[in-house]
Amino acid sequence: MNAHILSLVVWIPIVAGVLVLATGSDRNAALARWLALAGALLGLIVALPLATGFDTGTSAMQFVEKAAWIPAFNVHYHLGVDGISMPLVLLNSFTTVLVVIAGWQVIQDRVAQYMAAFLIMSGLINGAFAALDGILFYVFFEGMLIPLYLIVGVWGGPNRVYAAFKFFLYTLAGSLLMLVAFIYLYYQAGGSFDIQTWHRTSLGMTAQTLMFLAFLLAFGVKVPMWPVHTWLPDAHVEAPTGGSVVLAAITLKVGAYGFLRFMLPIVPDASRELAWLVIALSLIAVAYIGLVALVQSDMKKLIAYSSIAHMGFVTLGFFLFNELGWEGGLVQMVSHGFVSAALFLCIGVMYDRLHSRQIRDYGGLVNRMPVFAAFFMLFAMANAGLPATSGFVGEFMVIMAAAQVNFWYAFVAATTLIFGAAYTLWMYKRVVFGTITNPKVETLTDLNGREWLLMVVLALCVLGLGLYPKPLTDIMHVSVVDLLAHVAQTKLP
Amino acid sequence: MDMKTLYLVVPLAPLFGAIVAGLFGRWVGRTGAHVVTIGGVAVSLIASVLVFQDVLAGHTFNGTVYTWMALGDLRFEIGFLIDPLSAMMMLVVTFVSLMVHVYTIGYMHDDPGYQRFFSYISLFTFSMLMLVMSNNFLQLFFGWEAVGLVSYLLIGFWYTKETAIYANLKAFLVNRVGDFGFILGIGLVLAYFGSLDYATVFAKAPALANETITIWPDTPWMLMTVIALLLFVGAMGKSAQFPLHVWLPDSMEGPTPISALIHAATMVTAGIFMVARMSPLYELSDVALSTVMVIGAITALFMGFLGIVQNDIKRVVAYSTLSQLGYMTVALGASAYSVAVFHLMTHAFFKALLFLAAGSVIIAMHHNQDIRHMGGLRKYMPITWITSLIGSLALIGTPFLSGFYSKETIIEAVRISHLPVAEIAYWAVLIGVFVTAFYSFRMYFLVFHGKERFRNAHHDHGHDDHHGHGHDAEPHETPWVVTGPLLALALPSLAIGYMTIEPMLFGDYFGNAIYVADRHPVMHELNQHFHGAVAMGLHAVATLPFWLAVAGVGLAAFFYLRRPDIPAALRTRFAFVYSLLVNKYWFDELYSAVFAKGARLLGAGLWRGGDQAIIDGAVNGAAGLVARAARMLKAFQSGYIYHYAFAMLIGVFALVTWFARLN
Repeated sequence: MNAHILSLVVWIPIVAGVLVLATGSDRNAALARWLALAGALLGLIVALPLATGFDTGTSAMQFVEKAAWIPAFNVHYHLGVDGISMPLVLLNSFTTVLVVIAGWQVIQDRVAQYMAAFLIMSGLINGAFAALDGILFYVFFEGMLIPLYLIVGVWGGPNRVYAAFKFFLYTLAGSLLMLVAFIYLYYQAGGSFDIQTWHRTSLGMTAQTLMFLAFLLAFGVKVPMWPVHTWLPDAHVEAPTGGSVVLAAITLKVGAYGFLRFMLPIVPDASRELAWLVIALSLIAVAYIGLVALVQSDMKKLIAYSSIAHMGFVTLGFFLFNELGWEGGLVQMVSHGFVSAALFLCIGVMYDRLHSRQIRDYGGLVNRMPVFAAFFMLFAMANAGLPATSGFVGEFMVIMAAAQVNFWYAFVAATTLIFGAAYTLWMYKRVVFGTITNPKVETLTDLNGREWLLMVVLALCVLGLGLYPKPLTDIMHVSVVDLLAHVAQTKLP
Repeated sequence: MDMKTLYLVVPLAPLFGAIVAGLFGRWVGRTGAHVVTIGGVAVSLIASVLVFQDVLAGHTFNGTVYTWMALGDLRFEIGFLIDPLSAMMMLVVTFVSLMVHVYTIGYMHDDPGYQRFFSYISLFTFSMLMLVMSNNFLQLFFGWEAVGLVSYLLIGFWYTKETAIYANLKAFLVNRVGDFGFILGIGLVLAYFGSLDYATVFAKAPALANETITIWPDTPWMLMTVIALLLFVGAMGKSAQFPLHVWLPDSMEGPTPISALIHAATMVTAGIFMVARMSPLYELSDVALSTVMVIGAITALFMGFLGIVQNDIKRVVAYSTLSQLGYMTVALGASAYSVAVFHLMTHAFFKALLFLAAGSVIIAMHHNQDIRHMGGLRKYMPITWITSLIGSLALIGTPFLSGFYSKETIIEAVRISHLPVAEIAYWAVLIGVFVTAFYSFRMYFLVFHGKERFRNAHHDHGHDDHHGHGHDAEPHETPWVVTGPLLALALPSLAIGYMTIEPMLFGDYFGNAIYVADRHPVMHELNQHFHGAVAMGLHAVATLPFWLAVAGVGLAAFFYLRRPDIPAALRTRFAFVYSLLVNKYWFDELYSAVFAKGARLLGAGLWRGGDQAIIDGAVNGAAGLVARAARMLKAFQSGYIYHYAFAMLIGVFALVTWFARLN
């Protein structure tokens, strides 16, 4: 049997992280790096059987592990994945390898602690995606914030304390309400924290509505949705490159995942009733944030805002209540994982050389860094949703799904074709094209081997998913169809 | 080799060349890059000829290459539809592309980005072929965006040139406005037809002919009208129709070979091709057809006017392209799809010829593009001169040349069209004939005839001046890699119309590929007046367009060879009109002020007002409140994380109590 694969996926990175931490001071930095890479790779390798051994024909949880944890409150150590969570576990394990490599030379200060933070966070995030017990989920969900908080707060930029504080405050507010909802569900479900039991628990409309709002705040902050998004640009700007990569590629996905695992199946009636609210917020994210991204002068802020707009497609897709929308949202999550990771790495490449994120400090980069410029172009185009890149697939599916529900939803969503291209390519033009105006740009060197490797791997992911998304949608299809059918039924008593 | 493999070879051979030249350019070198890309396109052309012969033998194909994505029964596929329409497009694309590839050896001879350029134009060829060979809307959109990408990359090919990188961004964004409409159209197609497969959609279309859609409360629209108009917005972007025409003239900042290939012969005609392909949908909406016709007429006439005042040799040809695209669009509106596609084909040859000839002149002029600094070049560049003359004569519709057959038929089709707007469109295309003849021969005379003005030309106007030649030598004819393609394109410019009008327009060449409803009997009526290509050419002297063209040429000759003082005087006499034309009706200024500036102002307002003032104001206020509460709570506990834990406990308790009371 697939004994304990999910436990390995969760705990190997955490144990590896503790081992890395044990290497101690920066005198052993090289050891810490190699150990971290080994841990991250091992974490990815043990996750691969999830894909190879996955049964795409069922929506039931797979690789399930269940053991009593806190018998007094009927809390279980209960793990399992379906077609919705499995790709996210893989994405997270994959991204962890990238950030370890990305931090290889860049981080020279407290290397062991830095690497350990990422490994531990990776295990915790896998735990959040795989948890089938409410309390277990809550522990992972909250636990992953601690390493992230430290990454921003310790290795971050000058204004890191403000950013970390803001980030903490926002997420805390949401999580608190979620915990309340969980405790309430515990009583309603006859003393169970089992998420799948919650899916079947009937609830009155008032309770559903209140819980809907609690979940909306808890997960909406993480996604982040307008108007609880303002922590993200600040956190990105202050975070080190690796922090931004994980934040954009993975952490935001935990919020979106929460909608599918908790909100929609647990409070389906309220979700249908209040879908207009989420749709409105999502469309605001696409159009409003698209315009805000246009005027950013800091590249990281620009990509951060672009992330918010792209995540708007995810939440929009989920609340259209059709297959195309849900799977489009999920594909968009995976794609955004690749594209935002790649773009933050690109900005990291530039920042490492010039120590500036300001667009105006660049210009004419292509003259000195043609290989980098080519990769950056690919990822910029993916961000603008060009077909044959992964960025197109999810947006296309969600726009198609929106057109089936309401023409105007599709209309607003499709403005991303214009805004997305405008802010991404305008930035690209000012940074990469043109003649060199800043003499410091004259001295830049093109990608080194390590950077090149990261770019090639991500480029292959972006193109692979863009040219052939079928394997991914095949994995999620049955789970989505069955969950959608479940959400279509009323849970009113 | 079976036909299916052959279909795959057509697009994949150029893709292979593009990948080799693009990724391994440093290893294969300059020669390697052009050998592999030209080889790829040549293979593609040969395969296209074989496919064409097979199609002529009556074999069409509609099948899947691979399934891109599947959600249950809903399948998104990559597949080919090989029928007379796509077979013809494949021939045109690969032939012009091959000519441009060869020409590029000469034109980009000294450019450091030689391999990159070959890679891009081969990638373009691949994308364009995928677009025309598609059997579904998804792949159509793939190709649509991919050609846009390559166009963007090529307009900005000289990436340090500020005008070029402005122009490519503008081109991409204006195209994206078109794509915005296009994708909404595709969205409605999928929503109402449940498929993106052409055959399925077209088969279902008549059943949905009377379906309405409520876009605005209480105002039902015909579904077909909405879909056709939205798709046409995409065509307006790609085929540079008013008011999304503004990007095409600026695209001339790119190297001349791509102006010929992408911005004249092939990519910009994708919109025309698309509408022709969608004829089963457009035929169901007279509103859409009328709109198409009006937009085309506006473009045909008013963009033609702008060609009159341009002094940049490429821009004259660019405005002529805009105007000719307008003609094709008018033909689409008149339900004369085959005529539009016919003009697309003849135009591809003579306009590619005109652009490449202009490029040849530009090489000889050391990259000075101002026609006021040319003159008398026929003596020095005989091949360029003769081929330019052929191209110009074909463009203005000289009887028996290719452009005559297509343009004359368009005018006739509009004349007999039953759409209410056809009358206005008829006058537009008729006046357009005179305008076309005038600006074409204004340029022709200024470049090839008259005084030799290049000797004391200023070189401050030197576009793309990366050549290191001395400026004192006599201009001389360009090498064979440049003149060869000119000659090869001159042949179809002369004869292709004469040879193909009968089967393409009045025979059964297109068969079922183009659908025309019985209530739009334009082609039928045209057929009754058609008595063969020879008779049509002879009859021309008795028609108005012929004399309008003659008048245009005559006036150009009089103005620019005999009395250059008259146009100069007219310019001062009608200063406002001149200023209107030279500023392109101020569309650039308008768009820049309203859309570019407006979006940035709105963005800045939302950011500073919405995000920073209101949202962050509230958050920071709340944070301040928490901080003050924390200071108060310091008396009870130390370490501020615990303050939250404490607050959390109280909160949990309070809310649980409240929840519990609800039930």
